[in-house]
Amino acid sequence: MLAKTFKKLASTLTVVVALFSSLAIPQTANSAETQYFPIASSRVGPYSAMGTGYYGAQIDYLNYVNMTGGVNGVMLTWQECETEYNAVKTVECYQRLLEKDGQRIVVFDTLGTPGAYAVINRMAKDNVVLAQYGYGRTDGADGRVWPWVFNAASHYWSQIAVKLKFMAEIEGGIDKMKGKKIVHLHIDSAYGREPLPAMRKICADWGTELVEISIPPPGLEQQSQWLQIRKEKPDWVTFWGAGSGMNSTAMTNAARINFPRDRMMYVTFGAAEEDMYPAGDAAIGTYAVANALPGEYPLVKEIKNKVYGAGKGNLADESRIGSVYWNRGLGAAVMWIEGLRNAQKMHNKVGKAVNGAEFRDGYEAINMTEARMKELGVDGMLAPFAISCANHEGAGKFAVMQWDGKKFNQVTGWEAPLDPAFIRGLVEASAAKFAKENNITPKKC
Amino acid sequence: MKPIFMTYTRGDLINLAILLIVGVVVIPMTVSSGYWYTSILIPWLCLALATIGQQIIMGYTGQLALGAAGFMAAGAFACFNLILRVPGIPFVGALLISGLIAAAFGILFGLPSLRVRGIYLMVATLASQFFIIWMIDKFGWFKNYDSSGIITAQDIVIMGKPFTSPIEMYLVIVAVVTPMTLIAMNMARGSTGRNWMSVRDMDIAAESMGVSLLKTKLQAFAISSFYCGVAGALFAFTYLKSLEPVAFDIKLSFKVLFMVILGGLGTINGAFIGAGFILLFPVLLNYIGNNVFHGAIDATIISAIEQVVFGVLMIIFMIYEPLGMAKLWDTTKTKIIGLINNKKS
Repeated sequence: MLAKTFKKLASTLTVVVALFSSLAIPQTANSAETQYFPIASSRVGPYSAMGTGYYGAQIDYLNYVNMTGGVNGVMLTWQECETEYNAVKTVECYQRLLEKDGQRIVVFDTLGTPGAYAVINRMAKDNVVLAQYGYGRTDGADGRVWPWVFNAASHYWSQIAVKLKFMAEIEGGIDKMKGKKIVHLHIDSAYGREPLPAMRKICADWGTELVEISIPPPGLEQQSQWLQIRKEKPDWVTFWGAGSGMNSTAMTNAARINFPRDRMMYVTFGAAEEDMYPAGDAAIGTYAVANALPGEYPLVKEIKNKVYGAGKGNLADESRIGSVYWNRGLGAAVMWIEGLRNAQKMHNKVGKAVNGAEFRDGYEAINMTEARMKELGVDGMLAPFAISCANHEGAGKFAVMQWDGKKFNQVTGWEAPLDPAFIRGLVEASAAKFAKENNITPKKC
Repeated sequence: MKPIFMTYTRGDLINLAILLIVGVVVIPMTVSSGYWYTSILIPWLCLALATIGQQIIMGYTGQLALGAAGFMAAGAFACFNLILRVPGIPFVGALLISGLIAAAFGILFGLPSLRVRGIYLMVATLASQFFIIWMIDKFGWFKNYDSSGIITAQDIVIMGKPFTSPIEMYLVIVAVVTPMTLIAMNMARGSTGRNWMSVRDMDIAAESMGVSLLKTKLQAFAISSFYCGVAGALFAFTYLKSLEPVAFDIKLSFKVLFMVILGGLGTINGAFIGAGFILLFPVLLNYIGNNVFHGAIDATIISAIEQVVFGVLMIIFMIYEPLGMAKLWDTTKTKIIGLINNKKS
């Protein structure tokens, strides 16, 4: 009897061991040149809609590049680490992903301002580019102080300036903004506060009253804040939330106090289909801005056919291909590979892996002209832009969209702030303050 | 005169010597990867120190306090402001003073413990967590008026030499954690610890024996938050390298609490075991997910497994081994030694 049980146990064990070892075969055992990328994803927790779409698109694009012959023959490898949008875990993931098989990462993307701040000071020493795709530390746009930090496409200060410009247009001019009241309703974190320095200055210039109301994370409790909004009776609300739970709650609360949805402007990280659906009809009319527009662009279709056709897609729900977060992740990944391509060319390493410093040069040389974007199949999805040694922001432009209950409709083209030089001045002043506090000599450009 | 140091057995001294040799000689000589220092050893030692703090108040004195992360935040921001505003202050001095500042908060929030106990005290001490974080967020001065609210921690400079590489920071931490652990063990074994434990086991009896409840409880709160404050400063300056109130949220307090419970209530080595387990288990799961299954298991599932395993372990330990992993370790050790002795004879 006992012997029988043992036999059974032994055979089960063999099966388990065999299963393990069959799965444990190294993924990249070939000798071809490879370039290694980190995927510091945030698929778990309140921000999962954002993380699954964004990082899913990055993996899909890396897969797509590999299926079409790599970057001049260099195959892309990657490793994923779950950060849960948590700064402490992001640090751990950064250290873990830093090196794999003797190759170091050349770029890092946290998709979160708190995470970006937590690793930002390691970039220069480790020779890694911090690619903040429309989030993160704003004064990183000054490449003289932050050579390793980029926030193309477009940072939060430009974003808030574009929003204020849009409001002024609807109200009938800047002079009409005098005496108006705007509530900045934001999650109480570094990310929620990031636009404030620029917003305060512009509002003071225009004579617009700014009321700042914060919501403690995760932001699902907003009753008292909306009560305050009802008392304040603002003309506009700029909403700076994170996670579909918080974003949709704001709209249902606005509906409850009858605050018009077409006087609410959502941040890029609340501007996705997943943020709108849960609020149902309460979401109709809400404005949001985009740095990568949703839609089936040629490259999106290609990936759908090639990668998903081969069953290698990363998204569990294929209907999300071409949605806001997915397209944004695609935009970020396209820039990585464009930077890699430039780096290979600039440093005579075509068909070879590059190191962090070479990648940085390549990334800084990105020039997304309309013609280039057409070649890549993303024209119209992103605003055309170029990065330079001093300017790491890129386009600095956003498109305003409005939710109609089923999808976003684009209402404006790619809009720049009214006074880009003013925003740039703020960026440079902030970067100069940082450089002085930390004894950094700005690079000559 | 009372002896300052408790007497130690030869076994204790041998253990200490072995651990010191491993910590200061073997590890720096064999471990070269920055990942091991920055992501495993450094946070482990920092959190173990905070867990010792929580251990003192919860495991030894029996006060259900829940606010370790708040005191850690107090220590971290105190250290940042001291280095920023007091020119020429040595790092170790700043670290000590930040511990004292955290201790002051500890005494303040320990006052309710004289009136309420158990679950009610837990609720009362929760206030410290929220109050300290709120205070740092509310008043820009604590963050040197940084607009984003995340500030960069200064480099650690001791006697003019910067300690910035992972191994150097690790050595700084070892140099702080080792004496503090020894002192904690010393206190726990001595009259101080006996007072704590008598309050824990039955405060009325302790009081009638002449142990002052006021003094003992507040002393435990002060020492506990001193440990948490120093741990918080080290955590921010060596691991995060940035200071952000959100990093010290209630979740961290719970984590420290779990470290105490899983490690073993009322044990110092349990603090190290518990911290190690809670910190390393998710890393291990994540590593298995990526390297054995190559992402075939969804990250969401791995994260869920982590929660499930913690929950189950917590219940199992509560029922079968309230003294935690430290006790488990002790039993195993005794058994192995017993086996060896049996063979010899």
